[in-house]
Amino acid sequence: MRSRLAEALLIAAASTILFAGLASPAGAEDPAIGNCTWCHGGGAQGYLPAPRLAGQQRAYLRAQLERFRMHGRDAPASIQFMWAAAENLSDGRMRALTDYLAALDTKPAMDGNPALEGRGRDIYQNGVADENIVACVACHGPHATGVGAIPRLDGLSHSYLVRRLTDWQNGYNRAGATPMPHIAGNLSPDQIDALSSYLSNTRYAGAAR
Amino acid sequence: MKAKAILQSGKLFAALGAASATTAHADDKQAPPREFAAKVHYCTTCHGVSGQGFRGFYPIPRLAGQQPDYMKNQLLAFTQKRRTNTIMFSVAHVLSPEMLSALSSHFNKLDPKPLGGGPARLASEGKTIFTQGVSATNVPACATCHGDTAAGNGEIPRLAGQLSDYVVAKLANWDKERGQIASQPDASALMEPIAHGLTPDQIKAVAAYVSTLE
Repeated sequence: MRSRLAEALLIAAASTILFAGLASPAGAEDPAIGNCTWCHGGGAQGYLPAPRLAGQQRAYLRAQLERFRMHGRDAPASIQFMWAAAENLSDGRMRALTDYLAALDTKPAMDGNPALEGRGRDIYQNGVADENIVACVACHGPHATGVGAIPRLDGLSHSYLVRRLTDWQNGYNRAGATPMPHIAGNLSPDQIDALSSYLSNTRYAGAAR
Repeated sequence: MKAKAILQSGKLFAALGAASATTAHADDKQAPPREFAAKVHYCTTCHGVSGQGFRGFYPIPRLAGQQPDYMKNQLLAFTQKRRTNTIMFSVAHVLSPEMLSALSSHFNKLDPKPLGGGPARLASEGKTIFTQGVSATNVPACATCHGDTAAGNGEIPRLAGQLSDYVVAKLANWDKERGQIASQPDASALMEPIAHGLTPDQIKAVAAYVSTLE
């Protein structure tokens, strides 16, 4: 509950900053990169409620920016921040931005509940066949590094992972996200907590594919 | 060695006959419709909405049009650990015999276009291997068992439209994944010397060819 409130306050604070950033004159600093740091942090390691972008799969970043531009991602935080942020990105600048972000080194958020890691790992690696819950590993890979348009998940923050999965459950972001809306729909709140704890406390040291 | 292999193949074909005779009975009992629909949705989450396959971190194979006997045997192979795959072990071990039959015949009836994405420039070399084999390494024509159209037959799988990267991964790793219980040889033993007789480039070519077939 407290984290929800903190998140709401941050959203309010960040939106003021974001639009201040957008209004600043172009030229002094590359505006496409400058704006991102207000919410995602100077090293793109993420900052509540904005996810880490550093080291993310470049094709995934590109596809998501495209989806923000096309308004296919329609969760409240996306509408509030990312629609405007992605609106004026040219294709060339988007490529430069995603190339830059994908090459940055990552830090794990480490904000999950360590007691739930084992259960989360089991769901991630094996799924829950009795409940028709698929194993995340099939698409996101053994170290959760993703591939191509499939995102890297290791070390993303617990709160962000929980929010993305529950956004799908609540009917947001359904366009162009197959099969995740369906997969998320099968997960219980406890399973989401466990999975997010495992992922946020994990860091793959090798290079992502 | 060769005599043993042939003897083993003879045993295999006897076993194949016995297997298809017993599976006929399992079809009598029906899988509950709601559970079946949920299970189909579960399978297609990874294998594609029409069973056409999907590229995740790993290539996830096409199931559409697959031979039901092959599919049933593979699902059993996962649970018996004749075929190693931790994901599919979890998936398969909860399936009842009637669910296994129902899913196998369901996917057999689907016929989407191949997913594509394979290297098209290799397809003509692949066609030669598929239809004529490789005499230098004693590799028979694939068409001998898999059929001219790569539709498969019984426990011999359909290859038509299969993801080329999936076929490459299977052939390159054959004896680490298939036939893992020496005392229970299965149809996968037939492929072992063939997989060994193909070079990596030949594997890529033949995989590219079958991936284009409808």
